[in-house]
Amino acid sequence: MKYVPDATADRQFESDNTVDRVGVDGLLSELDEYAVEQALQIKEKAGDDTEVTAVCIGPEKALDAVRKALQMGADKGIHVSDEAIAGSDAIATSLVLAKAVEKAGPADLIVCGMASTDGGMSVVPAMLAERLGLPQVTFASVIETQGDQVRIKRDGDTATEVIGGTMPLVLSVTDQTGEARYPSFKGIMAAKKKPLETWSLADLGVDAGDVGLSVAWTEVEETTARPPRTAGEIVTDEDGSGATALTEFLAAKKFI
Amino acid sequence: MSEVLVLVDHVDGAVRKPTLELLAIAKRLGEPSAVFIGDAGKTAEVAEKLKAYGAEKIYAVEDSQIKGYLVAPKAEALQQLVAKTSPAAVLIVSSYEGKEIAGRLAIKLESGLITDAVDVQEGPVTTQSVFAGNFTVTAKVTKGTPIITVKPNAATPEESAGAGTVEEFTAEISDAAKTAQIVASQPRKATGRPELTEAAIVVSGGRGTGGNFEPIEGLADALGAAVGASRAAVDSGWMPHSFQVGQTGKTVSPQLYVANGISGAIQHRAGMQTSKTIVAVNKDDEAPIFELVDFGVVGDLHTVLPAATEEINKRKG
Repeated sequence: MKYVPDATADRQFESDNTVDRVGVDGLLSELDEYAVEQALQIKEKAGDDTEVTAVCIGPEKALDAVRKALQMGADKGIHVSDEAIAGSDAIATSLVLAKAVEKAGPADLIVCGMASTDGGMSVVPAMLAERLGLPQVTFASVIETQGDQVRIKRDGDTATEVIGGTMPLVLSVTDQTGEARYPSFKGIMAAKKKPLETWSLADLGVDAGDVGLSVAWTEVEETTARPPRTAGEIVTDEDGSGATALTEFLAAKKFI
Repeated sequence: MSEVLVLVDHVDGAVRKPTLELLAIAKRLGEPSAVFIGDAGKTAEVAEKLKAYGAEKIYAVEDSQIKGYLVAPKAEALQQLVAKTSPAAVLIVSSYEGKEIAGRLAIKLESGLITDAVDVQEGPVTTQSVFAGNFTVTAKVTKGTPIITVKPNAATPEESAGAGTVEEFTAEISDAAKTAQIVASQPRKATGRPELTEAAIVVSGGRGTGGNFEPIEGLADALGAAVGASRAAVDSGWMPHSFQVGQTGKTVSPQLYVANGISGAIQHRAGMQTSKTIVAVNKDDEAPIFELVDFGVVGDLHTVLPAATEEINKRKG
């Protein structure tokens, strides 16, 4: 799961071109709530000895994201926090996540959201699968599990596909999998007693020199706020005038 | 000059337009070499098309052994081609599949990855549009072979013949890469309209349609456009998810985007804000979408669109 700046707030960059994660309120990425929900549903179907562990990398405040997952029903929380991680790119993030999953594991299923709501690259699940040497079934809109088999349906770029794989595997889910539950009062109370661990890079055996902004494999040269769009022309439709004005505009722009 | 590898995005040998755009970008960076992973029987036809758009070389990787195994084998094949050719960059279309191949490839090659570029210039220096289009970011890869995924409509295809030399390449695919399998695939039903992510014009409908997409489809057909939908329209079951424009649907970047009965939630904006020209029709004059538009009509889409469609069709004669 990722802790991200609230998308409805005024998101900014820092002077070093990293995302401002202090000046803007953060929260559990909405798209990762669907991942938590699906993990819980799979657990509920699979039975008692299945456990859901929520893993999140991020600064101290990211603990809120782990807590939210525990309140929704996850059994265990892991918060990976280390100053050296700040500014990490997807490559380094996938390294830290892979080590955390290995330490927490063995896991049958690693469930991710389809993308973060800040960077939005949607490559971490694939990178994680590559690092762990696992298959990936991604962008699921419908998920079926039976024993160690996972089948998903997804809307690919040009076709609707059914993809199958054998656990262990990496799964990523879209918002089409169904609404994420809200934590109940009971869930909120129960979450306080659930195990929650904080791991540093040293705990994971990751060299601090392998993560962070300074060793990112890409470099942002410049970030520019888009100039506000100059207010376009807005007309009010009266007796068909709107259609005529619209047609004139499209013709003037040579779209007709 | 170094080669630039372009992974060919195709459906059974039909090369999709974004690949031709990548060839135009590749020319700025070096010598365009296309990588066609597909049915060997289609190579000649594919090569002809790629050659016409500037491919100097076409590496043909026969996929009969790996077809149906998703992205991991394609990443392995590309890894081996990079080892062989030491390219200046690898360009891949920013689709779900393209980004996943790129992600796996980046780890394999220990190379930096930039996704969703809307422009690539010499360097290579990429331009991305982030935070729902509110910021423009320029970036470059600092380690390894630059791997860049590029959004459709980031460049104009250029017709100019390359040498088009076909070279067959046999990739060694590990068993480990063949672990996730495509069990079934149902090609999207042809609508007769352009594909949403590639279309030059997109006409979309939202909650304000009340479930009636006829006015949207009518205008789309008059303009030769693709049809899109907001999440509200998809969640209401009016349109399939494959039509959804937005953060959790498709991102589009057409010449013209016409939003009808769409309020303009941030998630929708994230999917369409890089459109060159934006037009909105909405009854609510306070809809946030009006903050983005080049032209807006405050009015009922059910009357405005059919009337506009009729006028457009008349003008076209």
